[in-house]
Amino acid sequence: MSDEIPAEVEGWIGEERYAEKTEFPIEMGYVYTSCASVENGNPLFWDEKVAQELAGGPIAPPSMISAWFRPHHWAPGRTKQAQPLQVHFDLKEKLDLPEAVMTDNTITFGVPVRPGDTLETCQILRSISPPKTTKLGTGRFWEIDVVYTNQRGEHVGTESYTGFGYKRGA
Amino acid sequence: MTNPIHNRTTAEIHAGDTLPTLSYDVTATTVVLGALATRDWRPMHHDKDFAVNRNGTKDIFLNTPNQAAWFERYLTDWTGPKGRLGKIRFRMRDSVFPGDTMAFNGTVEAVETDDAGCGWANVELKLTVGDKTVTDCTAKIALPVSEADNPWKRAGEDWKP
Repeated sequence: MSDEIPAEVEGWIGEERYAEKTEFPIEMGYVYTSCASVENGNPLFWDEKVAQELAGGPIAPPSMISAWFRPHHWAPGRTKQAQPLQVHFDLKEKLDLPEAVMTDNTITFGVPVRPGDTLETCQILRSISPPKTTKLGTGRFWEIDVVYTNQRGEHVGTESYTGFGYKRGA
Repeated sequence: MTNPIHNRTTAEIHAGDTLPTLSYDVTATTVVLGALATRDWRPMHHDKDFAVNRNGTKDIFLNTPNQAAWFERYLTDWTGPKGRLGKIRFRMRDSVFPGDTMAFNGTVEAVETDDAGCGWANVELKLTVGDKTVTDCTAKIALPVSEADNPWKRAGEDWKP
């Protein structure tokens, strides 16, 4: 593969892209589904009295932060499937790397997310590596930050992802 | 009758302490539940044919956000509900598949109180399957410094993860 990165892609580094709002207000149904999926019995998420005492009311587990921005698999009028972490998929397409995995994920948490909140986010490409070969194939690593705020402009969290886009070996 | 809630304070923990092991037998349902709970519809987390023939993996596998949820649950099982995650970092070295028994283990690396008076535990965590480390994780989690303290009440300059 070429060492050259297309100028268009180079231009994305440091740029705030794909600013968007959550498709629905935060709701407890997904909180319970998340807790159930990992058998998390923390009363902070199940017991309103505990939630009130500790956090001033119900909150979502901080680790759910990215779930709130994953688009519905289908929506009326949508002609193309919406992708979460669109910068990642843009990189796959523009760098002609059809497969990709996430290798590193760092999340820093701010104020708690509460039912009724509407969140906002943007994605920032931080870096792209030179070509690398791993057991999966040959491709590039990239780092993407996803910044989340709530309707009051408070920082809810920042996720930093490292992805590896690749072509499978012959 | 439910168990009384215990909130671990920083006075109760020390560098070198180990967290109790959590073992869990993973099934296809575990993987799919985790994918749906995190609204991750990508086929490698529910479609074995896609996972094997497109991704080149042996089966569907746990997705990244669901691993975060497992780590959070593991940590707060230990801290109690006052435990509040400040930062978590994980590196996936391999994948967790149906049929695996995954095990979570952790060691307290440091206990500290920041200049805002917030107590923190830095914990090294490992998710293993058999002898293989699947995911390495480091977490910074706030714990109360006293029975009266509550990290969830911290905001602004008093919350510096």
